[in-house]
Order: sequence, then C-alpha cells, then structure tokens
Amino acid sequence: MSSGLALISIFVLAVFVGFEVVSKVSSTLHTPLMSGANAIHGVILVGAIIVASHSDNTLQLTLSLVAIVLATINMVGGFVVTDRMLEMFKPKKSPAPKSDEVK
Amino acid sequence: MSRDLYDLIGLVAAVCFILALKGLSHPKSARRGNLIGAAGATIATLVVFFYGDQLPLKNLPLILLAILVGLAIGVPAARKVQLTQMPQLVALFNGVGGGAAALVAIVEYLKLGEEAAKVGEPITAAVLIATIFTVVVGTTSFTGSIITFLKLQELMTTRPVIFPGGRFIIAGNLVAILVCSGWVYSAADTTSVLVLMGLSALFGVLFVLPVGGADVPIVISLLNAFTGLTVAASGYVLEATLLIVAGTLVGASGTILTRLMADAMGRSLFGTLFGAFTATATAAGAADARPVKSGSAEDVAILLNYARRVVIVPGFGLAVAQAQHTVRELADLLTAKGIDVAYGIHPVAGRMPGHMNVLLAEANVPYDQLVEMDEINPTFPQTDVSIVIGANDVVNPAAKTTPGCPIYGMPILDVQQSGNIIFLKRSMRPGFAGIENELLYDPKTTLLFGDAKASLTKVVGALKAL
Repeated sequence: MSSGLALISIFVLAVFVGFEVVSKVSSTLHTPLMSGANAIHGVILVGAIIVASHSDNTLQLTLSLVAIVLATINMVGGFVVTDRMLEMFKPKKSPAPKSDEVK
Repeated sequence: MSRDLYDLIGLVAAVCFILALKGLSHPKSARRGNLIGAAGATIATLVVFFYGDQLPLKNLPLILLAILVGLAIGVPAARKVQLTQMPQLVALFNGVGGGAAALVAIVEYLKLGEEAAKVGEPITAAVLIATIFTVVVGTTSFTGSIITFLKLQELMTTRPVIFPGGRFIIAGNLVAILVCSGWVYSAADTTSVLVLMGLSALFGVLFVLPVGGADVPIVISLLNAFTGLTVAASGYVLEATLLIVAGTLVGASGTILTRLMADAMGRSLFGTLFGAFTATATAAGAADARPVKSGSAEDVAILLNYARRVVIVPGFGLAVAQAQHTVRELADLLTAKGIDVAYGIHPVAGRMPGHMNVLLAEANVPYDQLVEMDEINPTFPQTDVSIVIGANDVVNPAAKTTPGCPIYGMPILDVQQSGNIIFLKRSMRPGFAGIENELLYDPKTTLLFGDAKASLTKVVGALKAL
C-alpha cells in the first residue's frame, strides 16, 4: 500500500471513530466538548515545530514561528479553559454547600 | 529515536485524543477525559524534539522561544477570562489553530517546491490539493473566527452586516480563490500561495459578517469542524498520522455539533449561513400597541411562592446580565420551600452550543437540574410557573403557528402550556430573529421589566420577606 493510500485509510477510519465517539454526547457538555476538541486540534503544534526545524530561509522560518505561537495558544489555552469549565460541572450536591454563599 | 518508536508514541497520543473525546461525552468522566487529551498533546509535542535527522533540531532556541510566547499569551487568557466571555475565547482559540494549520501548509508547500525544483520531480497532486485546502479553509477559519470574536466581544455590531451586492462580492471572491488555487497548483511559487492566503482571509470575513448573533453557535461549531479538517489535511502533507487522526476527530465532532445546532434551529445549514443575504431587512415593525401585563417583583414572588413546580428558561440575556448566581439563589430559595425547580435548556440558547449549561454550572447549579428540551417539554402542562430570563425566540410559539416567519419550524420550549409565564425582559424589543412574540400578550404572562440580575435580586428579596 502506498503511503498516500495508507494515510487516506487512516483518515477514513478516523472519521468513523470520531462520529462514533462523539455522537452520544449530552447537550449539557456541548461547550466543553467543542472547547476540548478545539484544544486537540492544537496538536498542529507538532506540525509547526517540524516545519520550523526544516526551515532554511527567513520567510519560511518566520511563518513557521508564527505558526508555533498560534498553535501553542490554541493547544495550551484550549486545555486550560476546558478544564476550568469542567471543574464547575458537578453532580447533584448533597445539602447545599455553605461555602458558595460566602462568595 | 527510531522511526518505529516515534510512530508508536504518536499512536499513544492519538488514543489519548480518542479517549479524551469519549470522556467529554459524559459529565462524570469529562474532566479526566480532558486531562488525558492534554497528556496526549504534551507527549506528542515533546517527542518531536527527540526525533529527526538532525538533533538537536535546527532553530531549536527560536522554536522554544515561540512556544514560550504562545504559553505566555494562551495560559493567562484561558485562566483569567470571565466565564461569560467563554464563547469568544473558544472562537479565538479555534481561529488561531486554523491560522497555524494554514501557515504550516504554506511553509511545507514552499519547502516541497524548492526540493521539487532541485530534484526535478513535481509535487504530487494529492499533496498540492491538501495544501490548497489547508490554506483556503485554515485562513477562512482564522479570519472568520476573528470576526466572530469581535461580534461576541461587542467590538462590532452583533447584527448581520449586509452590504449591497454582498452576494456578488462573495461569489467573486470564491471565483478568485478557485482561479488562484489553479495558479498555486500549477506554479509552485511564493507569490501564488500568499495571494491565495489573502483571498481566503477576505472570504472568512465576508462569510461571517452577514451572520447574526443568534446564529453564532452554528458558525462557531462549523469553524471548529473546518479547523479540524485543515489539521487533518496538513497531517497528510506532512505525512504525520497523529495530525490526521486528531484533525479528523475534531472535524467529526464539529460536524456533529453543527448538525445538532442547525436541527435545533429547525433550519438547514445553508439557510442559516446564507439566509442573511436574502433576508429583507425585517424592520422591527412599529411597536405593538396591545396591552401587556407587567408586574412587580412582589407579584412575581407571590406567584412563585404558591407554585408546586417552577421551570426556569434561561437565554442570552442571562449571560449579558451575569445573573446566573442570582438565578441559583432564587432556585435554592424555592427548593427550600419544597417547590420543584428545573431549568429548561434550549440547545441554541446563548451564543455557543451548550452555553447556558456552562453559565449555570459556574453558579454551581448541579447538572442534573439542567433539563434538555425534549425531556422538559412534556412537563410544562404540570408546571405552575415558567420564568423566562433573557430568552425570546426559543419560546416563541410563532415557530409553530406562523408559517413563513424566519423561525418557523424551530423546535421551541413549550412554556405556553404552563400555568403562568413570567418574562424577565429589558424592553419590549423582539429577540434576535426580530419576530414579535405572541406569548408576551398572553393573559397568563406577567412581564417584569429591567435588568435580569436586578429584577431577580428584587424577586429574591420579596420572596424572603413573604
């Protein structure tokens, strides 16, 4: 199998996995799901680092360094913000916690 | 490090991403899921530094510096943002990801072009197509997300921006993108790909400008899917399987969310995106002179005090007024009186998918009180009082009764079936869709004018005094 075809096979299989995994998500979690998925595509950082390490002229290097900055913001910011959101999702509390009322 | 080990670690990271998305589908496992995803991303990033023909990597100091800059911007932004500003931050993060993917594709294209010129072997068609796709869609996602951000941050108008001949400008822009893609395809040079990027940037702007505030959830999820697919395509160009898997997963989740949102609005995706072009600016007609029943906070408190079941229907107005904590205070007070309280959440309430859930979660509302539309609708006939806070279109019966109105066919929360309806509104202005809401004139309806937070505080006070 040529490498191009192998890559396309992976793509097709990933489509099915993606739909299967995400299709049952409850609407309660739509925002964190989106934000979490958002963070995952920040993995383009890997690609940005690879091209930056291959760059040998100023234009290429500049563009790839900008890509690294953007991708890092995407990845790290995405995971942090998703965690912040999820931290707040709590199941039914036993008798209303007093600590919240102090706020 | 051997290629096999490198690929194996990539596989581990890909599995982490799958587990992350799987975890995110349920509240109990979501937080752990997200951490697994973060771990996968961290492993994937670290391993790049230990694999290659040349170690340490060329340009290593600059690469590390760029990562530090990204961290210095991303982490504080994610930590400090107010939860009500979450939609715009998610839009922004999504946009920068798309921008990064486009830049990676451009650099790789230039690189491959140089190599091809040296070896005399042209770049394969598949790689060229994947590159063009990434540049066009990634840049569109970047500028589109920026415009979405500006709209949500209210740095520009949230209303659809429609300009004369907009449709022709967009069509012309698309043709130009196609022509330029042909140019990039045939001549591997720098100018062509930079022009393509510029045209795509323009397209992103033109594409999002006409979208109104209420349709933003759809646009955000669509752009999310776009970015995912561009990451997958750049994975193809770079022959990096991890990027293909990660990008495709995101593409799938974005597509599912987009479809859910479009269904929840009862409209086709196409209609949502391009509806604004055809919409004749529906001038919000002269305010209806019919009488409405407006009440005081005390009236509302009395109504609530004698209810057995109360449903709270939040909308974007709740987010604007930052009233989520006050709502919970009210709900707690009612629960303490033995009244059954639930929140009825419309899928498109707010400015992003699931916006209301995050907002109420911030106020410590347990997620099992947040009830989805399909589950809560059958319970409205047994509901004594529905409180509609800063929502309008999602409870507008016109969606069922008035064929031809812009929201006709959109599933709504059936609050009109409950015993009493309380509307917390700032004014008589119609909702984003610009349609008069018959429910406001219903004899069962009481209107409480004013800022949602101030009104709720008064109701809570009155309820305590009873």
